[in-house]
Order: sequence, then C-alpha cells, then structure tokens
Amino acid sequence: MNSLILRTASRFLLILLFQFSIFLLLRGHNDPGGGFVGGLVLAAALTLYAIAYDVRSMRRFLPCRAQTIIAWGLLAAAVSGIFSMFKGQPFMTGQWGHFDFLGLDLHLGTPLLFDIGVYLTVVGVVLIVIISLAEEVEDD
Amino acid sequence: MIFAVLSGFVLALLAPTLYRLSARWSGAVFSVFPAILAFYFLSHMEAVAGGAAYRVTYPWMPAMGLELSFNLDGLGLLFALAITVVGTLIITYAGSYLHGHPSLPRFYLFILMFMASMLGVVLSDNLIALFIFWELTSITSYFLIGFEHDKDTARAAALQALLVTGGGGLALMAGVLLMGQIGGTFEISALAADNAALQGHRLYPLVLALVLAGAFTKSAQVPFHFWLPSAMEAPTPVSAYLHSATMVKAGVYLLARLSPVLGGSDIWLYVVTGFGAATMLASAYQALYQTDLKKILAYSTVSVLGTLTMLIGLGDKLAIKAAMVFLMAHVLYKAALFLVAGSIDHETGTRDIRHLGGLRKTMPIICAGAGVGALSMAGLPPFFGFVGKEALYEAVTHGNLPVTVVAVLTSMLLFAVAWLAGIRPFSGAETHTPKHPHDPPWTMWLGPVFLGCLSVLFGFVPVLPESLLSAAASSVLGKEVHMHLALWHGFNALLVLSLVTFGLGALVYWQLETIKRVTEFALPAVRRGPSHWYALWLRFLNWSAVGQTRVLQNGYLRLYLATIMTVTAVLAWYTFLTYGDVAVVAMDWGDIGVHEWVVGLVALVGAIATVRAQTFLRAVMALGVVGYSVALIFVLYGAPDLAMTQFLIETLSLILFVFVFYYMPPFKRFSSRVVIARHAVIGTAVGAFFTLLVLVATSVQWHPTISTYFSENSYLMGQGRNIVNVILVDFRGFDTLGEITVLAVAGIGVYSLIRLRLGKGRGS
Repeated sequence: MNSLILRTASRFLLILLFQFSIFLLLRGHNDPGGGFVGGLVLAAALTLYAIAYDVRSMRRFLPCRAQTIIAWGLLAAAVSGIFSMFKGQPFMTGQWGHFDFLGLDLHLGTPLLFDIGVYLTVVGVVLIVIISLAEEVEDD
Repeated sequence: MIFAVLSGFVLALLAPTLYRLSARWSGAVFSVFPAILAFYFLSHMEAVAGGAAYRVTYPWMPAMGLELSFNLDGLGLLFALAITVVGTLIITYAGSYLHGHPSLPRFYLFILMFMASMLGVVLSDNLIALFIFWELTSITSYFLIGFEHDKDTARAAALQALLVTGGGGLALMAGVLLMGQIGGTFEISALAADNAALQGHRLYPLVLALVLAGAFTKSAQVPFHFWLPSAMEAPTPVSAYLHSATMVKAGVYLLARLSPVLGGSDIWLYVVTGFGAATMLASAYQALYQTDLKKILAYSTVSVLGTLTMLIGLGDKLAIKAAMVFLMAHVLYKAALFLVAGSIDHETGTRDIRHLGGLRKTMPIICAGAGVGALSMAGLPPFFGFVGKEALYEAVTHGNLPVTVVAVLTSMLLFAVAWLAGIRPFSGAETHTPKHPHDPPWTMWLGPVFLGCLSVLFGFVPVLPESLLSAAASSVLGKEVHMHLALWHGFNALLVLSLVTFGLGALVYWQLETIKRVTEFALPAVRRGPSHWYALWLRFLNWSAVGQTRVLQNGYLRLYLATIMTVTAVLAWYTFLTYGDVAVVAMDWGDIGVHEWVVGLVALVGAIATVRAQTFLRAVMALGVVGYSVALIFVLYGAPDLAMTQFLIETLSLILFVFVFYYMPPFKRFSSRVVIARHAVIGTAVGAFFTLLVLVATSVQWHPTISTYFSENSYLMGQGRNIVNVILVDFRGFDTLGEITVLAVAGIGVYSLIRLRLGKGRGS
C-alpha cells in the first residue's frame, strides 16, 4: 500500500507497539496481559508494517525465520518445566526466586520463561501465516 | 546400570556433531563406547555367574506402575554382551564400509540409538519399559533398513518390516497390559514368582496368543518370516547387527524371559515348538534357492531363530541349555558371515554367488574368517557350532521323534547352506567381478577374524563360556543349573547322528541342482504364501483408507461444519432434554443497562449483515463487528484479558481474511434454497442450545465454583495476582503447552500447504 501517512505512522507504531507488547508480557502475571496477548500485539504491529511497506521490509526486523521463532518459543516453554525436575518435583512446578539486579529486587520464576515461550510461539505462528500468504500475493 | 543403558541415547543425539570432529576415523571412535559397555558388563560376569542378580530401580511414573527397573541376570548378561561386543565390531566395520556416505552421521545416530534400545529390552524387568524399548528397536530398525532411502526397494522393505513388527508390537502391548491387569504388577520377576494366578486365569490363552504374536513377528517366525529376507536391503553392517545378531533375537529373548511366567503349559509346548519347528525347516529349505549371499544368510538366520523358538517351546532343562549354547554359537558365526558378505560386496561389487569364485587368492584374510564361520555354521568340529549342534541333538533326542527329524533335516540343509555362503565364493576358479577384489582394511576384517577366533577358542575350550551360559539357562529355568560342555563326548548315538547329518549335508550340496529341481513344487507354498497375503492385506488397507477418506474428507468446508454442528446439536439437545432442568431459567430483564442493549443490538445487526453480505469483504467486516461487540461485552463485565485478546484476534483474522481473498474466486451463490434452509436449521439449533446453556449455567449452581479455589490460591501457589494468567501459565500450564504446540503445528501446516499448492518450494 502506498500511503505516506500510514508508512510514517507504522514506523513509530512498530516501536511503540513492540515496547507495549513486552510490557504486556512482563506485567501479565499480576495485571491484565501475558504472553499470548503480548505476542498478538507484536504480530499485529509487524503486520501493520508489512501492509504499509511490504513483507520483505518487515522481515528485516526478524532475527531469523518465522519457523525458527516458533521453535525457540516451544523450546523455551518446554524447558521452563524441566527446572523443577532437578528438585525432584513434578514437571512444570513453578520455581521462583528473588534476584538483585542493579539495586532492583526482581521476583522471577519459570512461569515467566514459559510465558516468553508462548509469546514467541504466537508471534511466529501469526508471522508464518502472514508471510506465506502475503509473499505469494506480492510475487504475482 | 541406568547410565549404561541410557547413555547410548545421549551419545546418539551427539553423534552427528561428534562425527564432524572425527570423520576420518569415525568408526573406530564411535566403537569405543560399546567397547566400554562390553567391559562394564564383563566386569559383572563373576557375580552374575555366582547367582547374584544386579538390580536397580528408578521410579518413572509410579502412579501408573511404570518403573525403570533393570535387572542384570544370566540371560540379560548373555544378550548384553552380544549386543555390545558385536556392536563394537559392527561400528568399527561400518566406518569403513560406509566411508564417504553422505548420511554416515545419521547411521551412527540410529545404530547407537538402536543399541541403547536393545540393551533396554534385554535388561528391563518392567514390562511397560520393555515394551517401550522394544518399539524403539522396531523404529530404529525401520530407519536403518530404509537407510538408502532414495531406493524404492529399501523404502518398501523398511515399511514392511515396520508394519509386521509394529503390528506384532501392538499385540504385545495388549498382552502386556493384560498380564499386568491379571498379575497385579508389571515386574517380570514378580510375575514369574507367582505364575499360577496368570496361568490359571481364563484369559491365559489370549494373553499367550498376544505375546506370541509380538515375539513371532519380531523373530520372523512362520508365517511372519518374510520381512527378514526383505530387510536385507539395509546396509550390511545393519543386517549383521540388527537382523542377525541382536534385534531379531528380541522375540526369542522375550520367549525365554517370559517362559517362567507363561511357559510350562500344554499350549505353550505345542504352539511355540510347532511354530519354531515349522520355521526352522521351511526357511532352511528356502535358503537353498537363494543366489544373493545376504538372502542366503537371512533365510538361514530365520531357520536358527526357529530352532531357538522350538527349543524354548520344549522348555526342559536340556532344551534351554541347548538354546543358550546354540544362540551364542549363532551370534559368533552369523555376524562374521554377514560381515564377510559385506566385504565381498564392497570389494567385488556383487553378492551373487553365481558370479563369485576363487576369492581365496585375492582376499585371504576374509577367506579365513569366512571359512571358520561357515564350518562353525555347518556344525563341524572343532568349532563352537559343533558344540551347539551337539547340545541341540541332545535336547531333541530327549524330546520326541518328529522334533528330532526336523532338527536333523534342518541341520543337513544348513550344512549345505553354510557351504554355499561361506566356502563357495572362495573356492574354484577366479571369476570376473565388477571390481577387482583385494582384502579390505583392518577395520573390515577385524570383525570376522575376532568372531572366528572366538568360535575356535570356545570350540576347543568350551569351559570358557560355561559359567555365562549356565547363568543364562538358570535365569530362564528359574533354578540353578550347571552345564558341562565338551568337544568330545565319546562315541555315542549323538555323534552318529552328527556324522549322518554331515554325510547328508554334503550330499545335498553335491546334488544341489537336482534336489532343487525335485523339491521345487513346495517352494511357492512356503515362499509366495505369507508375503502374498501381506501384499493383499496392504492393498485392502489402502483401498479402505482411500474409500473412507473420500467420504469423510470430501474437501467441502461447509459439509465439515454442517457435520460437526449437527452432531453437536443432536447430542447436546438430547442430553439437555433428558437430564437438564429447563424450568429454572429465569431472567431479570430490568438489570440490563442501555449501553448493554446497544452492544447486543450491534452484534445482532452484524450477524445478520454477515449472512446477507454480497461480497467477501463485507461479510468479513460484518463478522468483525460481531467479534468486537463480544469483546465490548467482555470489557463491560470486567474481563480485560479476554477483551484484549478478542480485539487482537478479530483484527488479525480480518487482515488474514483479506490476504486469503486474493486466492478466492469471485463471490457467487451456489447454495439452493433447500441447502440454505438446512443450514439455517442447523445453525439455529446450535445457537439456541448455547443460549439456553448459558442462561441455565448462570442461573443454577450445581457444583461449588472452582473460581474461588483459583482466586484464593493464585497468589499463594502461583505467585501472581492475575488469575487468568496464573491459570494459563501455572495451574493449567501443561494444557497451554499442548495448545501452543497445536498452534505451531497449525502454523507450519499453513506454510507447507501454501508452498505445496503453489509448487514453488523456495525456503522463506
């Protein structure tokens, strides 16, 4: 699509929505949000960008192929469940700990890693569908 | 010991990486691992021979009675040593045999994985664990037979082996579950201690039939024997290892292992002995007709498996002893002969015995290995095969006459077969072969020579393997036995029988063509029969699969939806009208605010507009209106998580629809009025049901709500205040893991379907 307003806006929106999606992902455990919604926001932002420019330009933002993003997502989600097994607890028992990071007291746990896995999987799946469908349209 | 079994799987996963570091000497490098395991098992020899059983248990899924319990007794040790020692030689050999093959790393992966699975089979004391390892051997065997996967015949043979052994595996699983149900435990040792309950049960014949189906398919007993000769499509090291020395013996192992549990009854005696005897004779006979070196060996392997099955069927002390001796002798000579066949193929370019001759001059070392193997196979002194055959004769002559006749006839035929496979390619005049033969590198003659040396050594000094074999026989019989093996038993009836066998065998070999011509009439029955049924069965399966797919998967989305909706509506309405209490539905219409009315109306208008739309775009936009209205309702009723997700999903599906439209034909109406009316009825039935369900569900409380549990525990146990998220990632995390997996599969499915349809095949 050749719209100057959309193009300009989508560039700023992409950055803002990306930050927003991370925000949603991280706050999810205590407030509305989570990996699934966060992933959808980022996927929507990238899709918007792809509509404003084209899919090829959008793909410059991806560090790897969409399939690989899905794979990393599933891996993260699956691995998050394994930690508890080292303590003799059943698979996927949440493990939590307090971490001191630059003076901040971070309360982190394996469910966050799981949520990151969900986030990546959702982003990957939406993108793989958009990319496969749209690239053919653009090629023809 | 858990480490000894499972480390093979870890190494298998690392194999492709390790290969890159050591491509040149990969065979020798990888063979270090089985060699270490072999020494590990050897170190337990003394304790095991003394009657001690080494046992370790790790609870895997205790709630389901599944434990990883490994038991190292005499029988397990005998097999474990065969697996690791032959494995060492095979991997060394394969490094040269498959040198430069592009899939060599994959070969190491599968063969190591196979080895670990096979060790799991022979050491597991838990039937479920045994079954899992058993299936793993079938699967790795599938990959190894189909190793040259660009060849049609290799793929067909791999599939055939998988279907036959996999089908038997299913039967075995049912048998295992029944045994566990009846006996109350899955531990073989516990089942053996109390076998009366199982054998007295009315389902005992069924259990036995199922277990035997598993064992007979795996060990290629008649009428399932045909897959083993086909499996010779595999690279020769695989044939030598899986389809001669180890995997095909898993069925025999299972029979031996379960004979204290299931054996001793009359059906066991007749069925197992009968099938074994039929197999040994029929395949030894078919071996005569083969010209491919590997096929000859394959049929003779089937024959030996039959012999072992028959001996386990007889089940008395002499028979079990003989089975153990015969088994060891067979591992030693047959693996050697297979490796010889592979070397001949590798060096001359052909395995057809009609084109081979005089190789003793060009391949002297291989010739020595082959000679020892063949003479041991023929059962000639002073090789270990002679000791094995003497033990066999001793057992059958104490049995009954028919079995004795079968044993003598089989030995006679195998004598000729041994000559055919191990002596003939090396004798006579040199022939012209596709490649100019010479002795292969040491990695490829080490196997036959090492195994040949053992055949000679154990033949001259049969005391050496005595303690191991006694321990193995003891664990099959469930009581302490001692055997005394000797090369020279004195001049007695057994020796006469052996001499008669040699004479007849030599006669068969001398008059081979005549005998083949005279007995040819029987060939179609034994050869074509079972594999023909298999082909018919496969064709029937394909035909019925195609037929039902055509009916059920007709490709019309509207029919799928109509089917799903109709079934749901009928079942749900039936249940609801039978058990539901419709009277309790009561609505307080006064509670609904103006804004809620508005949202509801917008959704309704959107739904009507969707149905009446004349273009795709309008239909999708109207559908979006419905979706956004629902999202608004979520907002109004305090479900921000749901609302957010719903808004995003609606937006993204709208975009996806727009992309999909590109591929769609112009909007047309195909449906007749009748079809539209039918769809309207189905839609109304489903919609009305769900409306009613929601109304009932909100007005009645049958069970205490689970949401209190979640809201009370979400912070305490899940450490989060957002209940929805805590449920998703913690309380019901396993469900979510399943869901994202489905999502990923669906995404990859869309990708491959679009790529396939357009036939462009580019990576993206």
